[in-house]
Amino acid sequence: MSVLIDKKTKIIIQGFTGKMGSFHADEMIKYGSNVVGGVTPGKGGTKHLNLPVFNTVKEAVKSTGATASILFVPPAFAADSAMEAADAGIKTCVAIVDGIPSHDMIKIKRYMRRYSKTDKMTLIGPNCAGVISPGKSMLGIMPGHIYKEGKVGIIGRSGTLGYEAAQQLKNLNIGVSTSVGIGGDPINGSSFKDILEKFEEDNETDAVLMIGEIGGPQEVAAGKFAKENMKKPVIAYIAGLTAPKGRVMGHAGAIVSAYGESAVEKVELLKECGVIISKNPSVMGETVKSALNK
Amino acid sequence: MDIHEYQAKKILSGFGVTIPRGGIVYSPENAENKARELGGSKWVVKAQVHSGARGKAGGIVVCNTVLEVAQAADKLLGKKLITNQTGPEGKIINRVYIEEATDIKKELYLGLVFDRSSESIMVVASTEGGMSVEEISKKKPETIIRSKIEVAVGMQKFQAREIAFGLKIEPKLIARAADTIIGCYRAFSELDATMVEVNPLVISNQEQILALDCKMSFDNNALFRRNQVSELRDKSQENPNEVYASDRGLNYVSLEGNIGNIINGAGLAMASMDMIKLAGGEPANFLDVGGGATPEKIVKAFKLISMDEKVKVILVNIFAGINRCDWVAEGIVQALQKIEIKVPIVIRLAGTNVDKGNKILKESKINYIEANTLEDAANKAVKALGK
Repeated sequence: MSVLIDKKTKIIIQGFTGKMGSFHADEMIKYGSNVVGGVTPGKGGTKHLNLPVFNTVKEAVKSTGATASILFVPPAFAADSAMEAADAGIKTCVAIVDGIPSHDMIKIKRYMRRYSKTDKMTLIGPNCAGVISPGKSMLGIMPGHIYKEGKVGIIGRSGTLGYEAAQQLKNLNIGVSTSVGIGGDPINGSSFKDILEKFEEDNETDAVLMIGEIGGPQEVAAGKFAKENMKKPVIAYIAGLTAPKGRVMGHAGAIVSAYGESAVEKVELLKECGVIISKNPSVMGETVKSALNK
Repeated sequence: MDIHEYQAKKILSGFGVTIPRGGIVYSPENAENKARELGGSKWVVKAQVHSGARGKAGGIVVCNTVLEVAQAADKLLGKKLITNQTGPEGKIINRVYIEEATDIKKELYLGLVFDRSSESIMVVASTEGGMSVEEISKKKPETIIRSKIEVAVGMQKFQAREIAFGLKIEPKLIARAADTIIGCYRAFSELDATMVEVNPLVISNQEQILALDCKMSFDNNALFRRNQVSELRDKSQENPNEVYASDRGLNYVSLEGNIGNIINGAGLAMASMDMIKLAGGEPANFLDVGGGATPEKIVKAFKLISMDEKVKVILVNIFAGINRCDWVAEGIVQALQKIEIKVPIVIRLAGTNVDKGNKILKESKINYIEANTLEDAANKAVKALGK
């Protein structure tokens, strides 16, 4: 097992024929992901990368049985594409794109309230590297080879810092069950807590590494969830010790505006929840290793 | 993106919020003329800078004659206003707003923000206007009213009325107050704002409800569809290096330390800065060249860092994924051929083709210190400071 995607998961690419969509679809196929086609409105009926192109997500789902999608559409159209995926019955949708307006994100989340919990799509991102279940499937833009197959779940906001963690683990001969990039935006499809819940239920995940940063309440909310509901160890690193208050640090969501949102405060609050803290970003791997050996 | 007080007022007045009469001027002569045009016997001259707490810093002057108005404008224009929010460098005053004085009976607080836990718009109000919201929550937390708005249907009249009654506004003014609150909500929601703050919202002795001071911030990601907002940007209020960076697609924040950073990805950038701090150094900046770290972006990044005189050492930390280390290394070599850097450079590459990347760096003529891990890079950067 793994969470969100595995070897069999049928994937479609939204924005398939564009430059980004084509490049990453190819990378995903090379990694072994089960990509079954794509959607580009107006190009339905044609072939791209030897796979069928559809006009709508509904047609693509009906014809291929796809349950996962990844969006490579510009920010202005991303909300529309995500809602189209939700409506077509896609179960996991990854939005890579950086730059979706916050008001649009709220709109998507309100739109998805029409579905029952079992029918609801899981939206990952936006502004993220995507999801990878090493050795099984990649639904994202990460370099697949740095991930070793194994039993540690990773949830992170940042792409490259997540790669750093995966590499530290690999150097210690520790593998990853699934790595999920939830993205750096203030309002995102899935929170740390949403993904922790999935890892707790996954019988092939033994521990979870959470890579958070300054800004927003999500890391602490996840810590509280872990304290009350989880048996597996949770290890966390929070980036941004040196970030000044009130400034946006690259990610639109990385801004300290209230109590509990700075790195120091988050670390304190997470410790109170029993989360194991990686003291600095250089020892994320070692901290996971010692937690696994306990 | 932030805008000036007078711009925010003009926007809110378009949504039915009453504002005192006033006008923007760029010279003492125009200030005097504007005061005469407004008429009356009392005016307020307000420095337009992107900062709160302007009053305490001397940026707001009450005048009783048109001559005083001209003098106040003369004193403010061209100066830097240093408030507790601007940092020691202050912000330049290029324009002042001349406003008729308001006869204040009561000062209230009204703010709208995104609430990240409920993912909705939150209205925060208090009977204690004139103080900052942080101060209110410390000194008079019991006066704070919060109301969560369901964005799918927008603010309802009853919600606005509840807030107005909570502010102890007298019954005959409730309808007017509710319209004002709904106007602020509509401006927030229809223009992709991230913050609207009216402080104080006042009730005048003439029983008007007026936005006496206000601040608005907008979602940078939505500026592409809000031309009427994006044209209000005033670059004179931003750090010049940050303007240079944002115009070139780099995420940059200027800081106080002396170790310059060039890193790909916001999270990795924050993590590298943390390592610098733990190694005993202080970062001079946050700089994310983007996950892809293209050679063009790396050239721009070196140019930007070389403009910062504080920088005594440069730390480059790139984790290459799809963009391989050999490609990134070539970008670095190209950049250093174009731009002369006089301070030591520590380079740490990681990820795809790291050995090839390091080989390219070594075989080039560039002068640098190689590092292998995050920790190694930070330690070497701090050590290089001492040389």
